[in-house]
Amino acid sequence: MRSGSDVDPVALTVNGASRQVRVAPGTPLLYVLRNDLGLKGTRFGCGTGHCGACTVQLDGKAVQSCDTPLWAAAGRVVTTIEGIGSPEQPHSLQRAFLEQQAAQCGYCINGIIMSCKALLEANPAPTDRDVRRALERHLCRCGAHVRILRAVQRAAAQPAS
Amino acid sequence: MSGIAFVSSVELHPRLCDWVRLNPDRTLSIFNGKVELGQGIGTAIAQIAADELEVPFDRLILVSGDTSRCPNEWWTSASISIEAGGRAMRTACAEVREAFRAAAARRLDAAIDDVEVRLGWFSATGSSAKLSYWDLVAEVDLAQRFSGTASLKPPGAYRVVGRSVPRRDLPAKLAGAAYVHDLDLPGLLHGRVLRPPSYGARLVSIDRAMVQSVAPLAAMVVDGSFVGVCAEREEAAIKAVEAVRNAAHWTEPVDLPEPGEVRSWLLELPRDSDRISAKGTFPEGDGRCLAAAYSKPYIAHASIGPACAVARLKNGHLTVWSHTQGNFVLKSQLARALGMAEVDITVIHHDGAGCYGHNGADDVALDAALLSIAVGHPVQVVWSREDELAWAPFGSAMAIDLKARVMADGRITEWVHEVYSTPHLTRPGWGEGVGLLAAWHLATPFEPPVVANPPLALGGGGDRNAIPLYEFATQSVVHHFVKAAPLRVSALRSLGAYGNVFAIESFVDEISHTVGIDAVELRLMHLADERARAVVRAAAGAATGAAAPPSDGLARGRGMGFARYKNSGAYFAVVVEVSVEKALRVERAWAAVDAGLIVNPDGLSNQIEGGIVQAISWTLFEEVRWDRERVLTRSWDDYPILRFADVPAIEVELIGRPDQPSLGVGECAAGPTAAAIANALFDALGVRVRDLPLTPERIARSIQ
Repeated sequence: MRSGSDVDPVALTVNGASRQVRVAPGTPLLYVLRNDLGLKGTRFGCGTGHCGACTVQLDGKAVQSCDTPLWAAAGRVVTTIEGIGSPEQPHSLQRAFLEQQAAQCGYCINGIIMSCKALLEANPAPTDRDVRRALERHLCRCGAHVRILRAVQRAAAQPAS
Repeated sequence: MSGIAFVSSVELHPRLCDWVRLNPDRTLSIFNGKVELGQGIGTAIAQIAADELEVPFDRLILVSGDTSRCPNEWWTSASISIEAGGRAMRTACAEVREAFRAAAARRLDAAIDDVEVRLGWFSATGSSAKLSYWDLVAEVDLAQRFSGTASLKPPGAYRVVGRSVPRRDLPAKLAGAAYVHDLDLPGLLHGRVLRPPSYGARLVSIDRAMVQSVAPLAAMVVDGSFVGVCAEREEAAIKAVEAVRNAAHWTEPVDLPEPGEVRSWLLELPRDSDRISAKGTFPEGDGRCLAAAYSKPYIAHASIGPACAVARLKNGHLTVWSHTQGNFVLKSQLARALGMAEVDITVIHHDGAGCYGHNGADDVALDAALLSIAVGHPVQVVWSREDELAWAPFGSAMAIDLKARVMADGRITEWVHEVYSTPHLTRPGWGEGVGLLAAWHLATPFEPPVVANPPLALGGGGDRNAIPLYEFATQSVVHHFVKAAPLRVSALRSLGAYGNVFAIESFVDEISHTVGIDAVELRLMHLADERARAVVRAAAGAATGAAAPPSDGLARGRGMGFARYKNSGAYFAVVVEVSVEKALRVERAWAAVDAGLIVNPDGLSNQIEGGIVQAISWTLFEEVRWDRERVLTRSWDDYPILRFADVPAIEVELIGRPDQPSLGVGECAAGPTAAAIANALFDALGVRVRDLPLTPERIARSIQ
C-alpha cells in the first residue's frame, strides 16, 4: 500500500469492510481499488468511461471507476467482483457465467458482471432487451456476447445467492 | 527463412523431461510453448495430455511460455496450436507413458503388451498389483530422449479429449487478479511511454522544468525519441506522461498518403507481383464474362485490455512477464535491442486480454525493459487506449479484382483473382532487424525488419485464401505484394483470408444472381471436397429450417459465405440474415464448422461465435482513419466496435470427424462472415457493396 502521510484519509466501505485510504481525493477510484486495496478484479480498459471494464457498484449503482474520483466514493459503499463471490463460493452471476463459459479472454467480464448485478437487483426478471440496454456501455472484443446474455438470464432464473 | 529454422518443437526438445515432470505431491507438470490468449488452448492442451498420459485431468499443471523451462514452440498463431502444439504434446506424453509402461512391465514381470494404464495406475492382466507413475519414477530416466516409437492413444479411447471441459483459467479471471496487468512485485514502479505523435516524428526537445512542476515525483527516461516516465503511483505515472506530452516538441513529417478509398492510394505504391496459381489456358470461349473489384480497409486489433508487460533486472538477469505470442523470439529480439546476451533474459508468459494477432505485447515488453533498466526498479507498463488503437499494428488494407467466365448452366470455366495488399506479417523475429517499436525511436535506432510475405506453405499473407478451393478448369491468381506500408501493419486474425474470402464469396454470389442459379447450388457445383460440401449444406439447411423472421416491415435478406481456412485448415460455412432500416443489422447467423477431431466442443463453439461476432464488427463498422500526418482513430468514439445492442442470435453446428486431424478454428469464420453479410444485403435491398466496411454511407452511395 502506497500512501502519503500528508494526505487526509478518505473513508469508504469496500466489499463490506470499512477502509481508510490516504490517497489524493482526485485519484480515480479504479487505481485506489487496484493498487491501494489490492483488488485487481476491476480492470483498466480505456480510462474514459467508454468500455465498462472498470465497472463497480457504488451504493448499488453501476459506475465506471476509471471515471469516478475517490472523493465521490467517500462515505459510500463500493462493491467489486471480489466482494460478490469467490471461485469456492461464487455469486449466482459468476456461477452462471462459468457454466455458460460466457467468456473468452475474460478481461471485460467482471465489469459486465457488476453491471448485471446492479440490473438484477433493480430488475430481477429483465428481458433480453433490458440486459442489452444495461450493457450498452460495455465492450467485448472477443465476441462472447451471446453467451453473456444467456448467462444473465440463467442467473436471473436462480434464487439469489 | 528470416534466420529462423523451423525445426519442430519435439526435435528441438527431445527429452521426456522437457515436456513432463512428476511432482512429489502426485501432480504432474506439463510444459509447452503454446500460450493462453483467451482462446482456451491451455485447457485443450491439458486435455490432450491427460488422455495421452492416461492420468486424471485435475492432476495436471500446465506451465506455458516460460523461456527458462518450457519448450520453444515459436508463436501461438496461425490457428495451428491444436494441430502443431497438440501434436507435440501428444507425442511427448505418449513417449512418457510408454517409458513408464515399460518400467511397469519390468517391475510386474509381465510382457509389455499385457500392461495397461488407467487413470495413472499401471497393471498387468491377470494380476491385481497396481503401480502409479510415482511408484515407478525412480526407474524411468526422464532425461532420456524420445524413442520415436511410442504409439498414440486411438481417438476411440479418449476420455477427456472430445469433452467440453470448462476453461481452467476462467474462475480466477472472474474473481480477481489473473492478468499481467495484475502482477505486483516488491518495489514495482508504474511506467508509461510517450509515443511520438506520428510514425516519422522525431523529438526535438522537452521542457523539463514544466514536467518537473506538474509531476515532481516521476522519473523521466529519454533516449533519442523514446520517452518514458516512472512513478510509484499509477495515476502519477499517467499524469506525468501527459505532462511530458504537453512539454515535448516534435518534428513531424507529412508523409502519409492522402486518405481516401483503398484503391486511390494502395495501387499507387510500388509492389512485387507473384503469380501463385496458374491452371489451364484462357481460350476465347462462350459464356458471360463478369468482373468485380473489392476492398477492405486497415483494421485495428482493438483489444479491451491494452498491451502490458512487467520487467525486472536483478543481478544482471532480465525477467519479462509478457502476453506475447512468441516468447523465445521475443527473448532474442529483446537481447538484440538491449545489447544483452540471450542467456541473461527470461520471458515468462502471463495472460493478457484477447490477442488477435501481432498486437503491442512485444513492443510493451521492450518498453518495460528499457524503463526498468534505466530506473533500477521493476516496472510495469500498460499502454493507453489511444496508443493501443494507434500504434499496435493494423490488419492490412487490400484491394481484390476478380474476373470469371460463366456458362449458362452455371459452370465457371475461367477465374482470375488479383490481390493487392500491404504486408500481413511483420512480427519481431520475422525478417532481419528488430521488430520492436521503441527500438526504432532510440538515439541509436534499430532498423525495422525487412518484410517478406510468408510462403503459401506456411499459409501465405496477403495471398492467404486467394487460391479458391473451388474447382475451375482455368484459373490465375496473382498476389501484388506492396512492400512498404504507409501505416504499421502485421498479422490480424486470418491475415489476407478476410479480404480474399470476402471478395471470392461475394463474387460467387454475384455470379449466381447473374446466371440465375441458387448460390448454394453454384458452390456445390464447383466443390469436390466432401467436407466442404457438408458444411455448405449444413449451414444452408440450418437457415432453411429456421423459423421465419418476424413480419416487422423491415427489409430482410440472407446470404452465405464459405471457406476452408488456408485451404488446409478448418472448413466453415455461415448463412447470415440481415435487416435494413436506418442501418444494416445482422439478425441471425447459422454456421457449420468441420475441424476434424474436436478436442473441446464447447471451446470450439465459443471460438466460432466469437469469430463471427468480431467479423460482423469489422464488416459493419471498422476502418482505421488517418490524415497526412497521423493516425486519427484513437478512441472508442473514433473506432466504434459492435455493441450488445447489435449482436445477433448465433447457432453453430459442429461436424465432428474423429478420424481426421484436429484443426484450429480461431480464424476460419472471418472471411465467410463478411461475404455472407454483403450477400445478405444484396438479397435484402438489391444493393451490392464491394468496399468494406458496409457503412450506411457506402450502402446509400451504392443505392444511388
